[in-house]
Amino acid sequence: MYIVTSPKFDRRQILSVGVAAGSVAVIDQAQARSISGDVPWEPGQANKPDTAKPGPSEFFSPEEAQFIDAAVSRIIPADALGPGAKEAGVTVFLDRQLAGPYGQAAQWYMQGPWAKGEKTQGYQSKMSPAEVYRAAIKAIDAYCNGKFSGKKFAALTTEQQDQVLTGLEKGDIKLDGADAKSFFTMLLQNTTEGFFSDPLYGGNKDMAGWKLLGFPGAHYDYRPYVKKHNQKLGLAPVGIKGRPGWNAG
Amino acid sequence: MAKKLPPVDVVFVGFGWTAAILGQELTDAGLNCLAIERGGWRDTSTDFAVTFAQDELRYMWRRALFEEPARETLTFRNDPTQTALPMRHLGSFLPATGVGGAGIHWNGQTWRFLPSDFVARSHNERRYGKLPDDMTVQDWGVTYDELEPHYDKFEYLCGISGKAGNLKGQIQPGGNPFEGARSRDYPNPPLDMVYAPTLFGEAAAKTGHKPFPCPAANMSRPYTNPLGVQLGPCTYCGFCEKFGCGNYSKASPQTTILPVLMRKKNFELRTECNVLKVLKDSAGKRATGVVYIDAQGEEWEQPAEMVFLCAFAHHNPHLMLLSGIGTPYDPKTGQGVVGKNYAYQIVSGVDVFFDDKIFNPFVGAGALGVGIDEYNGDNFDHTGLGFIGGGYLACWQTNGRPIETHPTPEGTPKWGAKWKAAMAKNYLTTTSISTHGAVMSHRNNYLDLDPTYRNIYGQPMLRMTFDYTDNEHKMSDYLTDRATDIAKAMNAREIHAKKRTGHYDIVPYQTTHNTGGAIMGADPKTSVVNKYLQSWDLHNLFVVGSGAFPQNPGYNPTGTIGALTYHAAEAIRTQYLKNPGPLVQA
Amino acid sequence: MRSYRCALLAPLLALTFTSAPAHAADTSFAKIERGRHLVNAGDCVACHTDPNGKPFAGGRPIETPFGTIYSPNLTPDRETGIGAWSDGDFYRAMHNGVRPDGKRLYPAFPYPYFTKVTHDDVMAIHAYLNTLPPVKNPSRPPGFNWPLNHRVVMRGWDFMFFTPGTFKPDPHKSAEWNRGAYLVEGLGHCGACHTPKNALGADKTRDALRGGSVQNWFAPKIANSMQDGTGSWSTDDIVEYLKTGRNKHSGATGLMAEVVADSTSKLPDVDLRAMAAYIKDVDGGAPATASKPDEKIMTAGGAIFNDSCGACHQSDGSGVPHMFPPLKHDVNVQQSDPTTVIRVILEGARTVPTDKRPTPFAMPAYGWKLKDDQIAAVATYVRNAWGNSAPAVTASEVTALRKSLRKERAAGGS
Repeated sequence: MYIVTSPKFDRRQILSVGVAAGSVAVIDQAQARSISGDVPWEPGQANKPDTAKPGPSEFFSPEEAQFIDAAVSRIIPADALGPGAKEAGVTVFLDRQLAGPYGQAAQWYMQGPWAKGEKTQGYQSKMSPAEVYRAAIKAIDAYCNGKFSGKKFAALTTEQQDQVLTGLEKGDIKLDGADAKSFFTMLLQNTTEGFFSDPLYGGNKDMAGWKLLGFPGAHYDYRPYVKKHNQKLGLAPVGIKGRPGWNAG
Repeated sequence: MAKKLPPVDVVFVGFGWTAAILGQELTDAGLNCLAIERGGWRDTSTDFAVTFAQDELRYMWRRALFEEPARETLTFRNDPTQTALPMRHLGSFLPATGVGGAGIHWNGQTWRFLPSDFVARSHNERRYGKLPDDMTVQDWGVTYDELEPHYDKFEYLCGISGKAGNLKGQIQPGGNPFEGARSRDYPNPPLDMVYAPTLFGEAAAKTGHKPFPCPAANMSRPYTNPLGVQLGPCTYCGFCEKFGCGNYSKASPQTTILPVLMRKKNFELRTECNVLKVLKDSAGKRATGVVYIDAQGEEWEQPAEMVFLCAFAHHNPHLMLLSGIGTPYDPKTGQGVVGKNYAYQIVSGVDVFFDDKIFNPFVGAGALGVGIDEYNGDNFDHTGLGFIGGGYLACWQTNGRPIETHPTPEGTPKWGAKWKAAMAKNYLTTTSISTHGAVMSHRNNYLDLDPTYRNIYGQPMLRMTFDYTDNEHKMSDYLTDRATDIAKAMNAREIHAKKRTGHYDIVPYQTTHNTGGAIMGADPKTSVVNKYLQSWDLHNLFVVGSGAFPQNPGYNPTGTIGALTYHAAEAIRTQYLKNPGPLVQA
Repeated sequence: MRSYRCALLAPLLALTFTSAPAHAADTSFAKIERGRHLVNAGDCVACHTDPNGKPFAGGRPIETPFGTIYSPNLTPDRETGIGAWSDGDFYRAMHNGVRPDGKRLYPAFPYPYFTKVTHDDVMAIHAYLNTLPPVKNPSRPPGFNWPLNHRVVMRGWDFMFFTPGTFKPDPHKSAEWNRGAYLVEGLGHCGACHTPKNALGADKTRDALRGGSVQNWFAPKIANSMQDGTGSWSTDDIVEYLKTGRNKHSGATGLMAEVVADSTSKLPDVDLRAMAAYIKDVDGGAPATASKPDEKIMTAGGAIFNDSCGACHQSDGSGVPHMFPPLKHDVNVQQSDPTTVIRVILEGARTVPTDKRPTPFAMPAYGWKLKDDQIAAVATYVRNAWGNSAPAVTASEVTALRKSLRKERAAGGS
């Protein structure tokens, strides 16, 4: 997610390709950006994606990260088919997403009044995704603590973890301060996002998710393959920031 | 208090397809035109370049090109007995913001409506008798024949790839035999076809249908349009809908009009300005301009001789309601017009799973597919079926973007090892048949102002009241059954028909084909605008876009939006400018 | 109006150097109109307009290897422009590179080219400039270091590198060739960018039009050479390029975009044809010798190219003529100096929009996405794939250009 805030069409730069380029001027006292004369363009500009920065956690506490590691490992487990969500970095992905505009519900309408509404009316919680995760993880660990003799979710056996996740999915488990079903829906969606999105967001490490499916990633030209009906193409997946084959060394 | 700016001849509210077309036409007529756009400037090489456009998370799931509910959203309920609640994040439909509007992130499926679609009430009543009381279907006040030259103009502007099915009344093999007569073929040949739609076409032909390549605004070859603007060949990258095209190969305002329009001395664009209100004179006969608010929160009055509402479908009637223009529709009495006949689309699909076929779903384009039209509009006898209207069936191969597209058979768990294995097994070997159904208008499906919720500018939000009726469910089920018949003929391992059940739900993405609310017609008592999209109330106000559709036929809307816009532009240039006043006498 | 004006221009240019006295019959309008076209041919507006200023009012920073110089005000403002200059003053500046106060001009003002312009044409230019609205905009002194900050130094430079003299037609060549030579070597001052310079900034005349470095671009060889010059371009190709900003081989970007927009797209076809005829007759010499690049670099470069560039330029380098330039056998990518190739990959480039070809196709910037060694690899690849040949590009060249571009931007240049 990005918001264009920079004065993109600084007149001095616009004219770097000559007086024929689009002029951008301030209209009579109005502050609006006025564009006329040509399609504006300036060199070196790219509305590029926000890359997840390597380094320590930006949102999850160590305990929360353990919970997420354990939960996403059940949603997409490591097995003979390849790495699971945890191995593919989905925890890092979720951490950066929740620390960013998505986690804050920055684009969402978050004004009251608040009502539960019908299912067809969609999300009506006043909690942002970051708040949902924080509250739900705490509540689920509390639930597990009571149900499984003092153990947190991450310490349960995989069978027990599956049992808890199923309870959340079906809404059988009631959580204190969070809606179990809506948390599970969010976690499943975000895990899928992390496993299959471009590696620059922190998940899909080594393009593990794409390799699982046979999706070649950020290719831009499939013309040679359109008429190759019923054939496996075996293309090496490529991310926005490239693939190992881009390096000579 | 808004500060007053120097006047212009023409002001456009919003700068997507319709304003770009009108801007081009009306600057050619010598008028000084100003477009006011709430979003920012957008251009191919900077904002959705090939270097980063293929980013499913950012564009599809984090909504980078769409309107932000934090600024503008609507409230929604299924029926008038419920309390409408805000759509807090986008879901079912994805209106855009920014220059180019939804014309940037569309798929490019560019259809013409059927001749009978434009006379839906009179045609259906003549054939099947009186329509149900609450079905508020209307004739359009304009005919297919009147629009034909304008469909043609839009198709040549965009460089549509396709195959004519009806050239001047002569049915053409390989095209859609049900389409209205067209004066000439598409400007470009059909796209090359991938495997799954090819198989669908074979099965459709085997079961007695007439399959054809769907018309596409994705270029099958390099193209120069009549304005001299050039588009490159589509590379089947599979990032069309919800994405901007990185290599100039999908028609959009940016790739078809703006290079010429932006160079004109009598055109200006103001970005990041949100129009709050249309102003009218004291007699209430003319629009006098608009009030907008800029990014700094300053309000400005922009006087204009003519005002065009060119925002997304439901924003136009919203602005009329906020400005006190026209009589708001009242579902209790059936009186009033603004907000009337909001409609949508009903879609369903049949997943078709194979063991021995590889489809490579990522090799795709937004309008790459094979369709059949036997079950659209009134192309088939509805006697005894209990519904009117229909839709096309198509096997599209638009994308294999994995967050969105990872089909699994019925009964597969939604998570865990079995889910993972099922995704891996079926990703390359599954296709689907879509049905794209009409939504007939209904007395209780409408738009008005919400009594409770307000947008960021303190104005009442638009309230949408909408649900599918029996007509839609019966029709959609019928279409899904027909799709299932063809799926069976494809000799698949298994098929999974996903009928559309229950109430309309605003959460899952369906289509961005929102229509109605500012409908066109022949009678000011039952429509907001005349056949030239001219307000019946203020003759210098035009309300442009799919809001004008009195009901929503079984095709994607953009082709008809383009045609209606060119039709209006021609009337303005040839009639209105010579003699400003109502183009149709009430 | 446009076509009438062009028709008017064509014969006038033809006459300028054949029978000067014919202009005795010039009406004032015809003289001014001819001046307007000559000003277009000279692309005066490009340098003499500051991006934030009024046309011809000067103040545009022009970077040279010796420092930044600011173009003076050409409007007829008496105080800060050339309103107080006599015809003779103006002619001396154009012909001799000397100001009315006797001080020497710097050859950033291309008087070594303009000296070739006939007296009548210079007078027409002056007449036209005098019709411009006067703008008050004082000149800025150049940011040169000692000793160049002393204009007197230029006396020595002129002595070494400058011989004033009006263009002399070659009687052995066609009228078209002579017209082309007059435009290319005179007002058009093509060599100001396209001819390499010696250490003191003077043209290496023996290498005329064989490519030169300018403001972090490399203006390509435009003399006749099959591999790296205009040898593979027909006369029509050159005319189309200058008129519309693109042809099937290439599109004008960077500084050439300005030249097309402000100058060549406004010239009549006969003049463009004449320029093409002359350019194609200038020997381009041999291309730089290149040894076979490292296989590993070519493999990595090819991988980057196919994943990132093929969607427009096509994986076989054939491009989409008139839209996405073919790189196979392309002149620009095979220049001895790789600056332009690196720069275009780093920052992207936009093809100039013209009335005939309004679509401003733009290549996006890759500088944020590719590391220096990756840019070097893909640049090396395009210079040596599909039968192309040019010296390999190194990561340090990419690093150096990034640095220069940052410096240029910080200084407020283009």
